[in-house]
Amino acid sequence: MEKIKEVVLPDGEVLMEDILSKYPPKVAKKRNKSIVFNDPSRDQPIQSNVRTVPGIITQRGCCYAGCKGVVLGPTRDIINLTHGPIGCGFYSWLTRRNQTRPGPEGDNYMPYCFSTDMQDDNIVFGGEKKLKEAIQEAYDIFHPKAIGIFATCPVGLIGDDIHSVAKEMKEKLGINIFGFSCEGYKGVSQSAGHHIANNQIFKHVVGLDDKKKKGKFLINLLGEYNIGGDAFLIEDLFERCGLTLVSTFSGNSSIEQFANCHTADLNLVMCHRSINYVADMMEKKFGIPWMKINFIGANASAASLRQIGRYFDDKDLSRRIEKVIAEEMPAVEAACKEVMPHTKGKLAMIFVGGSRAHHYQELFAEIGMRTIAAGYEFAHKDDYEGRKVLPNLKVDADSRNIEELVVEKDPERYKLRKTQEELNKLEKIGIRMKEYDGMMPEMVNKSFVIDDISQHETEMLIAKYKPAVFCAGIKEKYTVQKSGVPMKQLHSYDYGGPFAVFKGAVNFYREMDRTINSKVWGLIKPPWDSNPEITATFVLE
Amino acid sequence: MNTTATKNPCKLCAPLGASLVFKGIRGAIPVLHGSQGCATYIRGYFISHFREPVDIASSNFVETTSIFGGEKNLCEALENINRQYNPEVIGVATTCLSETIGDNVPLFLNNFLKKKGSEPFPDIIFASTPSYSGSHIDGFHAAVKAVVEYYSHFRETADLLSARGREGNSVAVLPNFVSPEDIRHLKEIILDFGVNPVFVPDYSQTLDGVSWNKYEKIPEGGTSKEELLSLRKVSSVIELGNSLNEKDSAGKFLESEVGTKRHGLGLPIGIDLTDDFFNSLKIISGRKIPDKYIAQRGRLVDAYCDAHKYLFGKKAVVFGDEDMVVSIARFLCETGIIPVLCASGAQGSELKKALQQLSMEYKNKIVIRTKADFVDIEEEAVALKPDFLIGNSKGYTLSRKMGVPLIRVGFPVHDRFGASRISHLCYKGTQELFDRIVNTIIAKKQSESAAGYTYM
Repeated sequence: MEKIKEVVLPDGEVLMEDILSKYPPKVAKKRNKSIVFNDPSRDQPIQSNVRTVPGIITQRGCCYAGCKGVVLGPTRDIINLTHGPIGCGFYSWLTRRNQTRPGPEGDNYMPYCFSTDMQDDNIVFGGEKKLKEAIQEAYDIFHPKAIGIFATCPVGLIGDDIHSVAKEMKEKLGINIFGFSCEGYKGVSQSAGHHIANNQIFKHVVGLDDKKKKGKFLINLLGEYNIGGDAFLIEDLFERCGLTLVSTFSGNSSIEQFANCHTADLNLVMCHRSINYVADMMEKKFGIPWMKINFIGANASAASLRQIGRYFDDKDLSRRIEKVIAEEMPAVEAACKEVMPHTKGKLAMIFVGGSRAHHYQELFAEIGMRTIAAGYEFAHKDDYEGRKVLPNLKVDADSRNIEELVVEKDPERYKLRKTQEELNKLEKIGIRMKEYDGMMPEMVNKSFVIDDISQHETEMLIAKYKPAVFCAGIKEKYTVQKSGVPMKQLHSYDYGGPFAVFKGAVNFYREMDRTINSKVWGLIKPPWDSNPEITATFVLE
Repeated sequence: MNTTATKNPCKLCAPLGASLVFKGIRGAIPVLHGSQGCATYIRGYFISHFREPVDIASSNFVETTSIFGGEKNLCEALENINRQYNPEVIGVATTCLSETIGDNVPLFLNNFLKKKGSEPFPDIIFASTPSYSGSHIDGFHAAVKAVVEYYSHFRETADLLSARGREGNSVAVLPNFVSPEDIRHLKEIILDFGVNPVFVPDYSQTLDGVSWNKYEKIPEGGTSKEELLSLRKVSSVIELGNSLNEKDSAGKFLESEVGTKRHGLGLPIGIDLTDDFFNSLKIISGRKIPDKYIAQRGRLVDAYCDAHKYLFGKKAVVFGDEDMVVSIARFLCETGIIPVLCASGAQGSELKKALQQLSMEYKNKIVIRTKADFVDIEEEAVALKPDFLIGNSKGYTLSRKMGVPLIRVGFPVHDRFGASRISHLCYKGTQELFDRIVNTIIAKKQSESAAGYTYM
C-alpha cells in the first residue's frame, strides 16, 4: 500500500480568521455568523437564509428558479408558462436532471418551454393581454389538464395581475389554471420559490381528487426530485416492500398525483428544507403524520425502510422490508469492500442544496471518507440545527414576504391516522414523528459548516485541505477542477446517477473511486517542471 | 402560424451577450444589475457550454431594492467586487428588473466615482441590456459598443490624430459572438498579415483556458486596457456580421467619431465570405495573402469538389443567430446543399435581405423565418424533409423527433464536448465544418445501407 504521509489538519480557528480577513469589516462580520467550526457536543448557532451581500458571487438562484425549475419543473402534465422576457424561460428549460415516466399515453410537457417573451411595449402597456393569448394558445395546442403561470421580475413591477388572468382563463377554458407570484427578487434564494410553488399546489390542487388508490400502506414521498432517476429506484423498492406510493413531491410527478395525495396515511420527508411546511399543512388539514427519512446511503435507506415498517406496525410489511434489505445489501457490501482501499481516510467537502449536503455524508462515511466541510446553498436554520430552533425563529422581512397559509382541519377529508397514544408508543421505540435534528449534530468534530459559501471561501478551503473530492454544482465545477481537485456535481449528478437507496449507493461508491483515483490529476504538472508538488493524505485522529 | 407566445425559443436574453463581452476584456469581471438569479442562470449556461469557471457578480436586488431603486446595491457590489477580485475593469449590464424600474445607472456610476474622488478604482463600463428588447446578440453588440466608446472617449481631434499618425499596423476586430477557437484562428491570420489585432472581445483564453497551477481569481487572457486605449489610433476596424443596425454598431461609431476605416463583413464562412475577409486584410496590411492561406483555400475548394457527389441537392435546416445563419446558408449553397429553411429568433431584417437574393437563385426554395421559435421551425421543417439540421443544441428535440441528424454550431452547445473548440470561420474553420457535414451525410447513408458497406 501507498505510504501515507502524516499531516495534521489545519487549525480551523486560524483558517477562519484568514478567510474573514479578506472581507471588508461589515461583510466579515456578517460572514462570521455563517461559518461555524463544528463541535457537535455544543449548541452552535449558524446564520442562514439571509440575503447574499451584493457583489459576493453566490451560487444561489432566484425565487423564480426555485418555483418553476425545482418544484413544478419535474411535474410532467402541467404546462408551465413563464410570463416575462425570454431569458428566464430559456434558462429553466429542461436543464435540471429530473426524469419522468409519462407512460405511453401520458402527457409530458417537460421538454417544452413556454414564454410570453415580453417586449418593450408589454413592459410599458402591460402584458396581461399577451398572457391571456398565450394561455389560449397553449390550451389550443395541447389541451392540458393544468397550466401554471410563473411571474418574472418585471411582472410584479408593472402590475400585471397574473392571478386574475388565471381565474378568468380557468373559468373560460374549464381546466385548472393558477399563477405563481415568484418574481426573482423575492426572498433570499430559490427556497422562497419552493415555498410559493408548494403553497399554490396545496391551495389549487391538493384535495381535488378523493379516489383512493388500492393498497394497504399508502404513502407520499415529499422532497424527492428524481434527479438522475433516484425516485425510480425508490419506487421500485416501495413496490417490492408492499408500500403504495400515492404521490411524490415532486419527481416523476403529475398533477393527478398531487390531487389525491391527501388519501395517503403517512408522509415521508426527504428534503426537509423544500417541503417540511407542506408536511405540516397536510397533517393539520388531513391528519397525515410525517417522518423524516433519508434514502441516500445504504444504511440510511435500510433504517428509513424499517422506520416505515414500524410506523405501520404490520408483521408482513416488516418481513417484506427485511427481505428486500437482505436482497440488496450483499451487492452494497461487495462494492464497499472493493473501493474502500482507495477511498478510506480521504476528505470530502459538500456544498449543495437544502438537504444533500447532509444526506451525502452518509455515502462518504460508508466508504471510509470524512466530510470535512459542508453547507447548504439555500437552507434555513432548522436544516442545520434541527427543528428545536423553530419556536424561537425570528421572522425577518424576507420571510414575511412569503405567504404562510392558514390551514384548518378539512371537515370532510380529515382523518386521524394515529392517536396521540399511538404516537407516544412509537416514540418509545425510537420512531420520532415530525422531527429533524439537522445536519450539524451529525457532522464530525472540527469540521466546517458554512452557509451560502462564497467563491473566496471555497478557494481557501480547497487550498488548505486539498480534499480528495469537492461536491457542489455546475457553477463551481470547473473552478474546483482548475485547482486540481476532482469535483462531483450533486445537483445534476454530472448527468449520471442514480445515487439513491442501495443500487444508487453502489453507483456512487464506484463513481467516487473513479473520480478520486483518476490518473488525470497527475498529468497537470509537466515532467520538465521540476519540484513536483508533494501530495499528502491527512491522517485522521 | 403566427403566435403570441414563444414556445421553445431560439434566442437568449441580452445580459448574457453583454457578460460574454466583458469576459473578453483582460482583468474584467461582469456585474449584472438586478436579481441574483440572472447572474446564476447565465453563469450556468456559459459554464455548461464552455466548461470553464465563469464568475459573474450581481447587485442582488431584493423586494425593497425593486421599490426604492438599486443605487445602494450597485455601489455595494462594486466595492465588494473590487476588494475581492482586484479587477482592472468592471463591466456593468442591466437586466429587465433594473430597466423596468428605470434605474439611471450612468448617474449612479457618476455619483459613485465622484464620491471616490482621486482614489483609484477599476474602469467601469456600462451597457444597457434590458432583456425585453432584442436577444443575447443585441446585448453582445451593446456591450462591444460600450467598451469601444469607453476607451475611445478621450479622443483627440482628427487633426491631432493625423498629425501624430495612426498605427497602420493595428486593426480593431469586432468578431461577433463566435467560439474561442474562431477568435484564435482570426488572430493567427491577422498576425500572419503583419498586423496587430485588437479584439473586442477576446475570450479565446478566458473561456478556453489551460489547467492551473494555482487558483486565478480572474482567468488570464482578454484584451488589455492598453490595447483598448489604442482603439483611438487604429486605422481600420473589421466588424463581422451584417445584421447590426447603424446605431448599435461599434464599427460605425469608430468610423464616424474617430475616423477609422470600417470594413463591415459577413461572418467569414465558406469561400466567398472568407475571400472578402482576406481581401480586406490585403487592403489593410498592404501585403499579399500568405501562401499558407492560399493553400487552405485550395484544399477547401478541392474538398468541395471531392464531396460534391455526397452533398449535391441535399437539404438543410439552418437556425440560430442571424449572422451565423446568413453565412452558413451562403456557405451551404456553395457546396450544393440547399438551405431549405433559414430561421432565427431575431427580428431578422438582415436575414431577409441577405437571403432573399439567394432564395431567388433557388426559385424560392429557401424559406426564411424571422422571430422564429422551435415550434415554428418544426412546422416548416417537417414538410421540407431536410437531410440534416445545423444550429445549436436546442435543435436536438427536433432532430430526435424527425430522425434527422443535427450538426452543432454556435451557442449554446451543451450536449456535446468541446464547444469552445468548434471551428466555424475562414477557410480552415469552414473546412472542419465541411468535413463534419460530409461525414454526417455519409454516416447516415452508411447506417441505412442494407449491405453494411465499410467503403463509402
